[in-house]
Amino acid sequence: MTYLAKPKLLRADAPRNAVGYTRRDYEGAISTLCAGCGHDSISAAVVQACFDLDIEPHKVAKLSGIGCSSKTPDYFLGASHGFNTTHGRMPSVLTGAALANRDLIYLGVSGDGDSASIGIAQFAHAMRRGVNMAYICENNGVYGLTKGQFSATADKGSKNKRGVVNSDTPIDLVALSLQLGATFVARSFSGDKEQLVPLIKGALRHRGPAFIDVISPCVTFNNHAGSTKSYDYVREHNEAVNRLDVILPRDKIETSYNPGSLRRVVQHDGSVLLLRKVAVDYDPADRVAAMNYLQERQTLGEIVTGLIYVDSSAEDMHRHLNTVEKPLNQLGDAYLCPGSKALDALNASLR
Amino acid sequence: MKPTNIGGHDYFHKVVDCQWACPAHTPVPEYIRLIAAGRYSDAYMINWRSNVFPGVLGRVCDRPCEPACRRGRVDKEPVAICRLKRVAADLKEDITGRLPLPANSNGKRIACVGAGPASLTVARDLAVLGYQITVFDNGAAPGGMMRSQIPKFRLPDEVIDEECGYITGLGVETRYNQWVGSLKELLAGDWDAVFVGTGAPKGRDAPIPGRQEAAKHIHIGIDWLANVAFGHTTKIAKRVIVLGGGNTAMDCCRSARRMGGDDVKVIVRSGFEEMKASPWEKEEAIHEGIPILNMRVPKEFRHDNGKLSGVLFEIVRAEYDAKGRRSLIPTGEPDEFHECDEVLVAIGQENAFPWIEKDIGLEFDKWGLPVLNEKTLQSTLPRVFFGGDAALGPKNIITAAAQGHEAAISIDLFCRGKKLDDRPPPEFNLVSQKMGIHEWSYDNQVSEEERKKVPVKALAKTLKDIKLELEMGFDPFMACAEAERCLNCDIETVFTVKTCIECDACVDICPTECITFTRNGEEDDLRDRLKAPARNREQALYVSDTLKTGRVMVKDENICLHCGMCAERCPTGAWDMQKFFMQCAEAGTEAKRT
Repeated sequence: MTYLAKPKLLRADAPRNAVGYTRRDYEGAISTLCAGCGHDSISAAVVQACFDLDIEPHKVAKLSGIGCSSKTPDYFLGASHGFNTTHGRMPSVLTGAALANRDLIYLGVSGDGDSASIGIAQFAHAMRRGVNMAYICENNGVYGLTKGQFSATADKGSKNKRGVVNSDTPIDLVALSLQLGATFVARSFSGDKEQLVPLIKGALRHRGPAFIDVISPCVTFNNHAGSTKSYDYVREHNEAVNRLDVILPRDKIETSYNPGSLRRVVQHDGSVLLLRKVAVDYDPADRVAAMNYLQERQTLGEIVTGLIYVDSSAEDMHRHLNTVEKPLNQLGDAYLCPGSKALDALNASLR
Repeated sequence: MKPTNIGGHDYFHKVVDCQWACPAHTPVPEYIRLIAAGRYSDAYMINWRSNVFPGVLGRVCDRPCEPACRRGRVDKEPVAICRLKRVAADLKEDITGRLPLPANSNGKRIACVGAGPASLTVARDLAVLGYQITVFDNGAAPGGMMRSQIPKFRLPDEVIDEECGYITGLGVETRYNQWVGSLKELLAGDWDAVFVGTGAPKGRDAPIPGRQEAAKHIHIGIDWLANVAFGHTTKIAKRVIVLGGGNTAMDCCRSARRMGGDDVKVIVRSGFEEMKASPWEKEEAIHEGIPILNMRVPKEFRHDNGKLSGVLFEIVRAEYDAKGRRSLIPTGEPDEFHECDEVLVAIGQENAFPWIEKDIGLEFDKWGLPVLNEKTLQSTLPRVFFGGDAALGPKNIITAAAQGHEAAISIDLFCRGKKLDDRPPPEFNLVSQKMGIHEWSYDNQVSEEERKKVPVKALAKTLKDIKLELEMGFDPFMACAEAERCLNCDIETVFTVKTCIECDACVDICPTECITFTRNGEEDDLRDRLKAPARNREQALYVSDTLKTGRVMVKDENICLHCGMCAERCPTGAWDMQKFFMQCAEAGTEAKRT
């Protein structure tokens, strides 16, 4: 645990983005997680992604549940809206917030315990409702805060720090989210920011439920031989299907790659996802093929990473429910509470 | 790039910018930490060993360390290193008990000509080894130019007396009021070696029309300053022009202001920015109501039958050729006449060795400087060594002290019949500062305070009394706050490849984005690819051996705050904060056998 706040001294040539902020302006309080925790790298990736996307910090709402992962929103975007919900309840609070104000960017941060155990129902329903959000699961396969028990995402056959073998079948949140209707599904690794930052950027600019499962080693309880979520294991078994570049509408697309090896996906807001194929000919637009591919590779012991599925034309919850475009807090009392006459009329219509 | 060699002392010494820039390589951060801890005497002794005159230098040093200070690259201003040195000197206890004792005589006799900073350094270094030192000086007291040329309001005599006294107290024989008129004669005496530290005693003149006729009202700057210092001159006319833009010019104008000069101007050939005077000395002159007019070349001293009426100046502009050489081109504007009653000429000083015979085998170069081995400072006459302004031309006190140390090493080797090139290496050490989890033996919290200004006495009062010291020095609280601004660059970030698990924790926490893990490449390419491009090529890249993933760790040393956060965040201790302490070798240290 680091006690000191980061010194405010900046390098003179610290770059500023289009809205005038430095990268440091997207940081939060100093992390109290264990030194070397993968979660801190994910926080740094969120900082980088928001800096790159010129996001104004007050336009973001970050929500989380309980756990090591859910502490992290304190460590980035210190000037954004935040809500620490009860354990596993982040998705429903986020859904409510999104319904009340669609102008904000919603970033849900959760962990394997919060999402795959106590909050799995919430996770499932937020996905199938099509909530417009970026949902990051910081997945380390253990309960770090309670001293390293296996979580629901721990692989069958993997060992804990004391050598006990896990006999339960793991929950694969990527497979679940694909099945439940998420329209942007990715997996990445906290130790590979080159891959992770563009995925977070893509997710933040995506309309609809975007889910990123980030394998994030727990240095204290799950970074030993026999773990399948250690730095070494993930590096050895990481099979990326593609590499992503996110191009904002204001930027010119400049790429030296052979067009045949590139795939362009234009999102609803005009941002372009440029996918460089890696090794295999993988089609991220085919949901069924994606699910099959994931299962196949998993059997071989590979960890499939990259942008696994994207549907840029999908509709989200607001469209499904035909909600009002203006945030509720801007509608005014008269509109929100039209009075007893309006209630009488409504009641009458239902008689 | 090849992995950085962090063995030896070179690499980490360069990271300590201030120590690297100091000609005497004073361990600056170490003494600054001691000041913050209130250990003024300890801080003084570290200085005393390296630069011999901490009290003097804490007031009048040229401070090459401050422009080099890393703080200046991340903050508005560098640490006030020089004035912190003065704090150590002012607030120390009696340190006489800590001074070395003169050793038993080794039977060797050394003559030092001149009692300035270079000679006294040689005397100190050699006296403690048992050499019998005799210092000759034409003045009545030791100190050389420190006493004769630096005005008392900047450097009071007590400070010079005290610090020269520490040296003469080591059993050094002093022969004051004795002008050495012939080196040949001196060499005929039974000296094992002779050290020449006679400075650059000749002020350059301005041979323009009217110079001879108005000579009564025109003075050479350094001679005039000496006359002021020794009380021979006590007054100056109301209207004074100082010609020249160096530190001597600044001392002249400020002295003139205190001696009755109401209307004192500095007029200089070059542009204001290119003036040789240190920026802070220019500021002080301006603060005392002295205008500095630039780009004016003196053309004529106008006079009325020998009574000076003023100086005529040609107005010029600077032009630079392809090689960057400057020439001053007249702008064609009409010449400017400035009225005045007296002129001080401070346009440079030169070496002069009228007392060294040309036929004794001591060679001089075409600029009139002795031909020396620049490292050993030995002249073409093996028994004769030079140092200070007399050696390689006029520089400053700290350079004189540094050269004094080198000459002392040479003289010691020479007297023992050893090779002069076989010089003893500096002593250094590198030790972990970890005291526990996130506990370091140094205060790693980076202060965000601004540079403290040294309190000064009221201008009206100081302008009336040339002996009244203007600056009062930091009080202990200001000193502590200023000392805390030091970034502790000597607490080095040391990286161990073997234990790194490449978790990125250090990269994420680094407040100035110094650390990058990436694939290796050529230096230019690497500098461009870092998390924050490393554009300051003066500053090294610290490159590790290849890591497990095939990448390397690259750290840009340029603006590392030495806050230790990388080491605090490192789960495996691959980063450690280790204190690098280095002191230059002293005469008498044995060269390591390899």
